[in-house]
Amino acid sequence: MPGTHPDVVVIGAGALGAATAWFATRAGLTVEVVERGSIVSGTTSACEGNLLVSDKEAGPELDLALLSHQLWRGELGEFGGLWEFEEKGGLVVAATAGGMAGLTELTERQRAAGIDVREVAADEIHDFEPHLTPDLAGAAFYPQDCQVQPMLMAAHLLRLARELGARVRTGTTVTGFLRDGDRVTGVRTDRGDIAAGHVVNAAGTWAGELAALAGVEVPVLPRRGFILVTEPLPPTVFHKVYAGEYVASTQSSDEGLQTSTVIEGTRAGTVLIGSSRERVGFDRTVSLPALREIAGKALALYPGLAPVALMRTYLGFRPYCPDHLPVIGTDPRAPGLAHVAGHEGAGIGLSVGSAKLLVEAMTGATPTIDITPFRPERFSLQEVS
Amino acid sequence: MTDQVSLTFDGVAITAAAGQSVGAALTDAGIRSWRSTRRGGRPRGLFCGIGVCFDCLVTVDGRPNQRACLVPVRDGMRLESGGLREVDARG
Amino acid sequence: MVEFDLAVVGAGPAGLSAAVTAAEHGLRVALVDAGTQPGGQFWRHPDEQHPRPDEGRGQHLWSRFTDLRARLHGLESAAATTGRIELVSGHQVWFVEPAGEGFALHLTAVHGETRLPRVRAAALVLCPGGYDRQLPVPGWELPGVMAAGGVQALLKAHRSVAGRRAVVAGTGPFLLPVATGLAEAGAEVVAICEAGSLSGWARRPIDAAAVPSKALEAVEYAALLAKHRIPYRMRTVVTAIHGETEVGAVSVGRLDRSGRLRTDVSLPDLDVDLVAFGWGFTPSLELITAVGASTRVDVDESLVANVDDWQRTDVPGAYVAGEATGVGGALLAIAEGELAALAASRDAGRPVSEASVRRLQRQIARGRRFAAAMHRAHPVPAGWQDWLRQDTTVCRCEETTLGEICDARRELGATDARTVKLLARPGMGWCQGRVCGFAAAKLAKPVGEALTTSDLAPLAKRTFAAPVSLETLATAPTESDGAT
Repeated sequence: MPGTHPDVVVIGAGALGAATAWFATRAGLTVEVVERGSIVSGTTSACEGNLLVSDKEAGPELDLALLSHQLWRGELGEFGGLWEFEEKGGLVVAATAGGMAGLTELTERQRAAGIDVREVAADEIHDFEPHLTPDLAGAAFYPQDCQVQPMLMAAHLLRLARELGARVRTGTTVTGFLRDGDRVTGVRTDRGDIAAGHVVNAAGTWAGELAALAGVEVPVLPRRGFILVTEPLPPTVFHKVYAGEYVASTQSSDEGLQTSTVIEGTRAGTVLIGSSRERVGFDRTVSLPALREIAGKALALYPGLAPVALMRTYLGFRPYCPDHLPVIGTDPRAPGLAHVAGHEGAGIGLSVGSAKLLVEAMTGATPTIDITPFRPERFSLQEVS
Repeated sequence: MTDQVSLTFDGVAITAAAGQSVGAALTDAGIRSWRSTRRGGRPRGLFCGIGVCFDCLVTVDGRPNQRACLVPVRDGMRLESGGLREVDARG
Repeated sequence: MVEFDLAVVGAGPAGLSAAVTAAEHGLRVALVDAGTQPGGQFWRHPDEQHPRPDEGRGQHLWSRFTDLRARLHGLESAAATTGRIELVSGHQVWFVEPAGEGFALHLTAVHGETRLPRVRAAALVLCPGGYDRQLPVPGWELPGVMAAGGVQALLKAHRSVAGRRAVVAGTGPFLLPVATGLAEAGAEVVAICEAGSLSGWARRPIDAAAVPSKALEAVEYAALLAKHRIPYRMRTVVTAIHGETEVGAVSVGRLDRSGRLRTDVSLPDLDVDLVAFGWGFTPSLELITAVGASTRVDVDESLVANVDDWQRTDVPGAYVAGEATGVGGALLAIAEGELAALAASRDAGRPVSEASVRRLQRQIARGRRFAAAMHRAHPVPAGWQDWLRQDTTVCRCEETTLGEICDARRELGATDARTVKLLARPGMGWCQGRVCGFAAAKLAKPVGEALTTSDLAPLAKRTFAAPVSLETLATAPTESDGAT
């Protein structure tokens, strides 16, 4: 690639890379995206496309979620149709009175933190979800929970960025970094070097490996998840429906298999049924016990799905950091390098807020919200498991 | 064991040879489509004929999405055309 | 819990031959088959519960089948003095799980109640067979357009004739039995449209059907074509199908030597109510990828299993025979099934005849050479995309059009088949890309580029080898439950 010298090289053409390319080109920067596979080939193609506030409590991740929500509806609102943006709302259900009491406490804290949430009495649940089991103690409704089709979202953001002059090079593997002392001045790839003012590590679950290539430690680790996909159905599940324990499991660091129910319909008619979390490295072996547990828990909520056929299942690797916060920002240990990764199961929804904050940091603009909780150098060696 | 069985398709009586598939019985009755597609509402019937393509899905005795090419006829069987499965809340 | 030395999946020519041979060598065998009775697609025949005197009508190698069937019945009985076979008909494997040194096959009934939810075996012979390869054509989603094999299945198993006036189109020797079968059953076959030119392969078109040992079959076809006055048109393709709610007519076109559509030749439309399409065969590969065996692309651009001289895959204990090692017809499949069984028996410590092994290996090598020549003579024509329109349906399940696939590539930047699938959904529906997979993979590449393993393997990976209900999954026994 002789002669190219973009302001920014973005490594990774998934949701985070795409959003970064878009916000960077919008900020007037020249951008080149390099991707070792094809576009949207990593975790972006193996997730559900959640934009959730319901699983968050007061803190930096909620701030990031609210910022992202604003961007999805505002600055990116005109494109929503392209990626099936749907403000369908989330319904978190509690099976027992005890579970409902816990849910009520959570919603009170969330309301105080600015989340729009209303309690749903047991006898109102069927107005929201007629096919849910009648044996529920109550629920909470989160109108801000949204859904996008993640692959279409990332692909269209890349297209929009290309229309503003960005270049996307697939099948191009970063093999190292160009350096000037500590400073990162570009990337080495299997198809030649690219010098750039900024290099953005948006390599998703593989961001840790990439950071290591640059000699810095960013502890992004894989957490495997499976999703079941049903036959196409008429509209059956109208909101994003979660079991109450889902919120707890997203914050857990347990190594073993954890499952908690997340069910939602899609435009294609299929119902997506999750979720599982396992720390098994990058093992792609399909685990029947995990699939079985997901199916069993889904039927407890939607017994009517029992005869429904599953056409397929897919697995992905959520990129998570030990403190369950993403890594967003420039890296003082390697000036010129920035990271935007490690969003665990929330990367699609948080991609746009994260990318906006990162571009602000790279261009020296005033950050919309405090970015320091996400700083890449926050992990001391002891904290890294 | 009889050589002819009687069944209904959308309430209309048809007969078939014992041992035939539902798809063959419908074909012999001159019926070529019994499902409409989700997106385009287009008619579909047998295509691959051997259980691979799922184009010939039909409701058999109330069980939706059975492959007409694979299900053997049975005396008194009720066949219904349609599209997607309706989910029953009670399971 | 049932325990077996060997599980054979598929009871067509390869699987029947494998199961019978292995049991005769003393192995306890489970033979799992989706059909209600053994025979596979090749030997589909009327329901044995309602016997017909003309059971073998329209069949080839029928005596091989009746011999295998008789041996199978003997081996199913408690009186069998060698190994035994448990036949599990009407069930499909939906998941393969490692089970100690062996495999656990999770089963679901094709229709009705599941009789046996799981079969565990020390070794596997996978004989999943295949189905007609399809190419999209404008209008091919209309009722009355069928896979040639589906038309054949209706004739052979059900004595049903799918239409009154038919055109049989595509490429390959399989078009001949379908056309003659239709004609013998009383349909008018207005043409066989063979896209190939067959030059350099054989001087007479009919030789296309002539497997060296099957010269008689070729003569028989020639006689039947003449008897029923079926025109055999080479370098001819169906380019569009017309009709409102079902097929009424087709347009046909002529190809040049390079397989491109000739614009200087105009042929009249054919009035038909049935179109039978076959462009060779696509082997079923999901079980092969499920066990983790490696794959390659064969001469006909089908993804097939890698096997050694003994039908062994690179996964210990997993063997493959029949079309899944490369499409080559029933005789080859029978030989491969037998060899796989000998290999499995030998690997299980049973004595086998080395002479038989060598004989089979020679026969298989010959069969492979013949199959490769046949594939070269019947390629998918280079110009098959010429007659597609932007609104032509490519994926029948998701109703994805060519235009949507083009948009995924040109507008959205998809550079491979998997990404096209993610963005435009071909292959995401009920059949999981079994029908449109080949065409969608070709359309994801620049015209004329050959398919590679990395194009096809991701599409052939289907974690659920068959649709399975949530209830079945939720109650499935798994190896993690401990010893039972």
